[in-house]
Amino acid sequence: MDVIEVTHLSKSYGDQRVLSDLSFSVHQGEVLAIIGPSGSGKSTLLRTLTHLETASSGSMSICGRRILDDGRYADAATLRAALLKLGLVFQDFNLFPHFSALRNITEAQERVLGRAPPQARIVALGLLEKMGLSAKALAYPCELSGGQKQRVSIARALALDPQVLLFDEPTSALDPELTGEILKVIRALAAEKMTMVVVTHEMGFARDVADRAMLIDGGTIVEQGPARELIDNPRSERTQAFLRRFSDR
Amino acid sequence: MLKMLGFMLEGTLVSLEVFSLTLMFALPLALPVALGRMSRSRLVRGPVHLYILVMRGTPLILQILFVYFAPYYLFGLSYDRFTAVVVAFSVNYAAYFAEIYRGGIQSIPRGQVEAAKVLGFTRTDTFFRIVLPQVVKRILPATANEVITLVKDTALAQTIGVAELFRVAQNASARQFSTMPIFVAGVFYFVMNWAVSEIFLRTERKLAYYS
Repeated sequence: MDVIEVTHLSKSYGDQRVLSDLSFSVHQGEVLAIIGPSGSGKSTLLRTLTHLETASSGSMSICGRRILDDGRYADAATLRAALLKLGLVFQDFNLFPHFSALRNITEAQERVLGRAPPQARIVALGLLEKMGLSAKALAYPCELSGGQKQRVSIARALALDPQVLLFDEPTSALDPELTGEILKVIRALAAEKMTMVVVTHEMGFARDVADRAMLIDGGTIVEQGPARELIDNPRSERTQAFLRRFSDR
Repeated sequence: MLKMLGFMLEGTLVSLEVFSLTLMFALPLALPVALGRMSRSRLVRGPVHLYILVMRGTPLILQILFVYFAPYYLFGLSYDRFTAVVVAFSVNYAAYFAEIYRGGIQSIPRGQVEAAKVLGFTRTDTFFRIVLPQVVKRILPATANEVITLVKDTALAQTIGVAELFRVAQNASARQFSTMPIFVAGVFYFVMNWAVSEIFLRTERKLAYYS
């Protein structure tokens, strides 16, 4: 089953086209890596999927629910219900600084899903343990390292039981050592067959962990296919050029 | 001397009443004003902007006179002077507080609202549970400034004959042919503002658990 289905998706700011006629789908249980140069539209794509940006035209479905039909959005209730199936992890975490790690994870469970506080707490503590952060439950974000913050933010997203977890360059704000921490978490989630879409500059990681990869450049999909194949033997010249820049470094 | 102090304490009480009633009305009123100032609709933003311009752009003393006398000249209505003072102060201070709130709200990173939206929080929840608590922390120093000014501005209530601390001190001064009562009033204002500063400092310390 396709968890996300996108057809002919386009987005413009004024007369500048940032996403142009994108079609792809994300299957249940797979990891899709989105790669491409900076400013190519990767983040905009995730932001459009999560409705932080609005699409100009095209169609989108999430878990079989049509949220965008030929450029027209579904009604607020449908949209809201469908978007709850998506979790988003930001590059710069965006934890709520006035809440403890624990409350960062319980607040939305209680306010959005209506879970009882004791239950929300159990879910949060379980996720913190999974993230290796049991000792930090009562710490505030300002007391955490970047890697710890990102793990709390992953837990915060997972607490709402999303069908897909979207990562917007989850390691770009971290130094190499902390990057490893986060990649390990994503790897573990992949092993549990969590459906994920990861925008990343970590080619090695994309190759090893992702099932499929998609190269975006200039707002269009240049190439998509099995991750290993796309990264090891890219077919298009643009993909080859892009990947060459990475191996040169 | 004791009698003078008694009068001055009564005057202080009036000043404190003007002060606390103004805060009680202006602090909440400033919130819709700030939101109106940031509204996407020009029909809302425009008038609110004009209101703030007028409140900040004309003397408070004039506004007090206007609030008290305008209803009389326009409709022949006269009403309680104390009420007029509280209305004028509240409407004036709401404009200043609103601009402080606006600065605070706009200083919260956009990512906070985006994270809340993606997590499914309603707009109301996002504002009251995520944005506003962070705003409160950020605007405390600027608000303290304004509240301290308000303590001293209560002296303007005498413009329409409300016998607050400064007026009482001036009267006593005239009776005794001495400037002493006015200096004593100065000490009173200082003590009140010391208390205000202390309250704000403590609140800041209470909120220092995160950054």
